[in-house]
Amino acid sequence: MLEIRNLVVKIADEDKQILNGLNLTVNDGEVAAIMGPNGSGKSTLSYVIAGKEDYEVLDGEILLNGENVLEMEADQRAAAGIFLAFQYPLEIPGVATMTFLKAAMNAQRKARGEDELLTPDFIKQVNAAADKLGIAKDMLRRPLNVGFSGGEKKRMEILQMALLSPSMCILDETDSGLDIDALRIVAEGVNALRSKNRGFLVITHYQRLLDHIVPDTVHVMSQGKIVRTGGKELALELEKSGYASYGEAA
Amino acid sequence: MAIVTPLKTAAEQQLAQQYADAKAELPGGPAVRKLREDAFAGFEAKGLPHRRLESWRYTDLRALLREARPLATGPGRLDAARAKLAELALDATVVVLVDGAFVPELSSLEGLPEGLSVQTLADALVSGRDDLPRVLAGPSVAADDSGLMLNAALMRDGSFVEIAAGVALEKPIAIVRLFSGENEISVYGRSVVLIGDGAKATIIEVNACLGKAPQQLNVALVVEAGSETEVEHIRLVTDQSEGSVGVFSLLATVGAHAKFDSFALVCNAATVRQQHFVRYAGEHTEVGLRGINLLGGTEHSDVTLIVDHEVPHGTSRELFKSIIGGEGTGVFQGKVVVRQHAQKTDGSMKSNALLLNEGATMFNKPELEIFADDVVCGHGATVAQIDGEQLFYLMARGLPRPQAEALVLQAFAGEAAEFIADENVRALVMSEVEAWLAAREAASQVSTV
Repeated sequence: MLEIRNLVVKIADEDKQILNGLNLTVNDGEVAAIMGPNGSGKSTLSYVIAGKEDYEVLDGEILLNGENVLEMEADQRAAAGIFLAFQYPLEIPGVATMTFLKAAMNAQRKARGEDELLTPDFIKQVNAAADKLGIAKDMLRRPLNVGFSGGEKKRMEILQMALLSPSMCILDETDSGLDIDALRIVAEGVNALRSKNRGFLVITHYQRLLDHIVPDTVHVMSQGKIVRTGGKELALELEKSGYASYGEAA
Repeated sequence: MAIVTPLKTAAEQQLAQQYADAKAELPGGPAVRKLREDAFAGFEAKGLPHRRLESWRYTDLRALLREARPLATGPGRLDAARAKLAELALDATVVVLVDGAFVPELSSLEGLPEGLSVQTLADALVSGRDDLPRVLAGPSVAADDSGLMLNAALMRDGSFVEIAAGVALEKPIAIVRLFSGENEISVYGRSVVLIGDGAKATIIEVNACLGKAPQQLNVALVVEAGSETEVEHIRLVTDQSEGSVGVFSLLATVGAHAKFDSFALVCNAATVRQQHFVRYAGEHTEVGLRGINLLGGTEHSDVTLIVDHEVPHGTSRELFKSIIGGEGTGVFQGKVVVRQHAQKTDGSMKSNALLLNEGATMFNKPELEIFADDVVCGHGATVAQIDGEQLFYLMARGLPRPQAEALVLQAFAGEAAEFIADENVRALVMSEVEAWLAAREAASQVSTV
């Protein structure tokens, strides 16, 4: 379970405050969507949960299963179960995708005091997960995300999510840059990972993604706060009315 | 008008004495003796290269060599050299030079393939072959470098390799220079590789010090590659003892329709100056010069290169990657010269450096000197820190910071090594890079505990 209480965050080197006392709870098994206009702080929220350094937390706390993660480095948060699917996955030339996947899985296992994966087991797991997401073998042989299309990058994020088996998944505008077929494949990948032990926080501008990943809860974010919470029908309403009534232009 | 006589430093005076004492027994017939005399006269007029010369601006050899160490006269103990060779496990035709002297019992020169001949430089110098003055001179752009003049005057040994036209060598030729590091000595060595038209070869140069005593090294490799040749040159400068100063020169002349690629790795290397002089002797030739510099402590690595497009339709690619920590200093001075007739030249030069902390320094100085009007030439030089976004991405997947950094750095450096065609050699280079990064990662973990 993820609990965020009165979170106040500014950009580290500037006076600009982005999150202004944000409260949010995502239960195990719940799929919560956050919708909101550009600049409302959605991406900042995802980065702060995952442990990016460019921000300063002025107040509040983020608890994962009751434990405050704000004291943890990003890698410790990952090992504790937080996974952020990036809006723009980074290209890392020179790092083979398989090398990276193995390093990540083993680093998390090590942090949890588990034995490292044996190579045959690792390859079996990757192949099984890649097949489900329609990821070709040659993509796994290429350097991480280098030369991947938008859709391939997002599928690679979901592959990592499947392999790392986190308890709290944050999807930051996973629909951006995807055509309708890629969107469906990615959404199916996410839906296959839904379970009663795993929470999802799905950040998006558009209702479109939520047709495929149907949320239990929809939150509206504006000016660094959650300003309204409702069921999945709230997304449809927003699609019609826009964000103007929440004090920001869309 | 007053006549200005430059004041000689102690080292320059000692070098003059060393040359006077040694010249009678240095190998070579009359032509070589004359070449040595001319070279030393040139050196005496110029002195050791110093910072007021643009090409030596960042590596002041006159200040670095306060004293000229005694000339090495023979190989030191061989047991450490034997162990190092076993560790390298080169699958190659190996020529071993210890403290500058050829060591036949450590070399593997039996059963050379047809079309390959290997002799010592000393033997070649006394052979009286009439192409020696031309071969030893190298590209004209190297002619007024006083470091090379000193090398020509004092060169004692090395290997002299000839590959016949049309021969494609299966195994690389490895010139392994090991320095026993038992005593403070200086070594002047030169090797020559002559590659006949249409031949294919890989040349590996290994330079490593095995002991603790500081060394003064001045070694050169001359490569003359004929037309339609394919040549790959790999140089490793590793494990130089603290206080050592090494000058490593490459003099390459490449014929028409040829491909010449050179790669150099510098790590754990005290003070190193590399200078590449490359001349295009024929049209439609591709040259690639690349390298990785890994620096920490107070290490200093200078890569200075001159690529001389003398003829049309030449392609040149330079890519150097430097990772600098501690109080290390990296230098890249790359000059691409395109002469007036060298139309349709295609040149691209890049030097990228990552500074790991405050106190690390990089001097980047790319230069283009273009006299032709129909060319495509570009250069880029960057100095940056580790990309925080990449680091965050990897850490968000569970990699602890030191491991994430090592992965990013390995990838950064590896980009230059990707061009190494010989897989075994590429693996050897990357294993050195990985070892350097692992040592850094271990050190950073100790310091955070």
